[in-house]
Amino acid sequence: MTTPMVKFDNVTKSYGALTVLDSLDLEIAPNEKVAIIGPSGSGKTTVLRMLMTLERINDGVIYVDGEPLTHMQKNGSLVPADERYLRRVRGNIGMVFQHFNLFPHMSAMKNCMEAPIHVLGLSKKEATERAAELLDMVGLGDKKDQYPSQLSGGQQQRVAIARALAMRPKVMLFDEVTSALDPELVGEVLNVIRRLGTEHNLTMLMVTHQMGFAKEFADRVCFFYGGKIAEQGKPDKIFSNPEEERTRQFLSAVLEAG
Amino acid sequence: MFWDWNYVWEITPTLLRASVVTIQATLLGFLLAAVLGLVLAILRMSKTGWISVTAAGFVEFIRSTPVLIQIFFIFFVFPEFGIVLPAMAAGVIALGLHYGSYCSEVYRAGLENVPKGQWEASTALNLSPYITFRDIIIPQAIPPVVPALGNYLVALFKETPLLSAIAVLELMQTAKILGSQSFRYVEPITLVGGFFLVMSLVAAAFIRQLEAYLNRTLRNPGGAR
Repeated sequence: MTTPMVKFDNVTKSYGALTVLDSLDLEIAPNEKVAIIGPSGSGKTTVLRMLMTLERINDGVIYVDGEPLTHMQKNGSLVPADERYLRRVRGNIGMVFQHFNLFPHMSAMKNCMEAPIHVLGLSKKEATERAAELLDMVGLGDKKDQYPSQLSGGQQQRVAIARALAMRPKVMLFDEVTSALDPELVGEVLNVIRRLGTEHNLTMLMVTHQMGFAKEFADRVCFFYGGKIAEQGKPDKIFSNPEEERTRQFLSAVLEAG
Repeated sequence: MFWDWNYVWEITPTLLRASVVTIQATLLGFLLAAVLGLVLAILRMSKTGWISVTAAGFVEFIRSTPVLIQIFFIFFVFPEFGIVLPAMAAGVIALGLHYGSYCSEVYRAGLENVPKGQWEASTALNLSPYITFRDIIIPQAIPPVVPALGNYLVALFKETPLLSAIAVLELMQTAKILGSQSFRYVEPITLVGGFFLVMSLVAAAFIRQLEAYLNRTLRNPGGAR
């Protein structure tokens, strides 16, 4: 097997006495699209946040593209990564948040240029071209100079996707990216993600409540329950013929509501 | 005669010259306070324990002692340690330190009000801590606290007469000298009071303009939400 793009090796995360993720093992192949579903509190968002290095892990190691992410080599052994090391390896990963988290004092264009200029060292001209190209791709070529407050939620989320892509990550994380949107705006964001999946070589992990989208888009669905993967497999299998009782209960509850 | 207009015209040029010193002390002191306050506020947010504790301790110490004592300390006690400062410099530093501590609390409130998501987005984009502060956090943290900072500017301005205690020739000291020369205190002291009143009102109006400007350009450039 080729080197997995993302590998969780026995990863545990807890807040005090509360264990959010319990000895998680998960391997994701390059280019694979993985949907993470599960009830709230099951640890699914934590998976993304640890991978983005927004949360420190308590035990285990996360690898990205064969290189340790949470740890670094020092005198032949793995020690927890320091901030400098994190800044070097974090660039492989991009994240889109539930609440967009755009920079409100910058135009759509500037949002997409800030990191390429200051982190990748692009010239202003190169950054402008790349940002314009990406905003075109997400269908916002005509909104380049608008500020977040002038955009709808769906448009803001598409800017956020363009902003993350501007950093050329190998892995893209989507954390409930349509949950804060009005229903009529969900489609435009999912369409952009769909296009990314077909037109770009990207490994994608998404935490989602859009079961229809997960079924159609993902190569694999992981059902999280109580900090563990309770069941995983091809979307057809998980959605039409789940083995676990908990998966069945969750799906019927979600589908009933949705 | 209780009020002598001729005397007023006679001393006005002298007082106006002294007011330049008052304004200089105010602006330099506040510049120091504004910069130092921001530095202290950022240090207090440090994840390194001793840095944030030291910054917090410094702020508490300065805020809990009278500014007059700080002025005296810098002017009269520092020379014992070989640091001899002109009166004006000692006064400006004392006012800057004192109000810098107050400003740091204001900045801290502003910094803490920036949503966590902004920090997380900055991390996700791999921005360095310096760029995160400079381009993302500070432009959002400062506009909301400009009115509070402005209050401290006016407060510092009104405390500059304390510098007369170390013989800085600012307005108050000049008024006292004029009074003692002519034995007429009514006019100089009244004029000084009037000057402070007018300048405070002007400063307050300026701060309101600045606040509106910052809100337009930095915080919410797009306008409506």
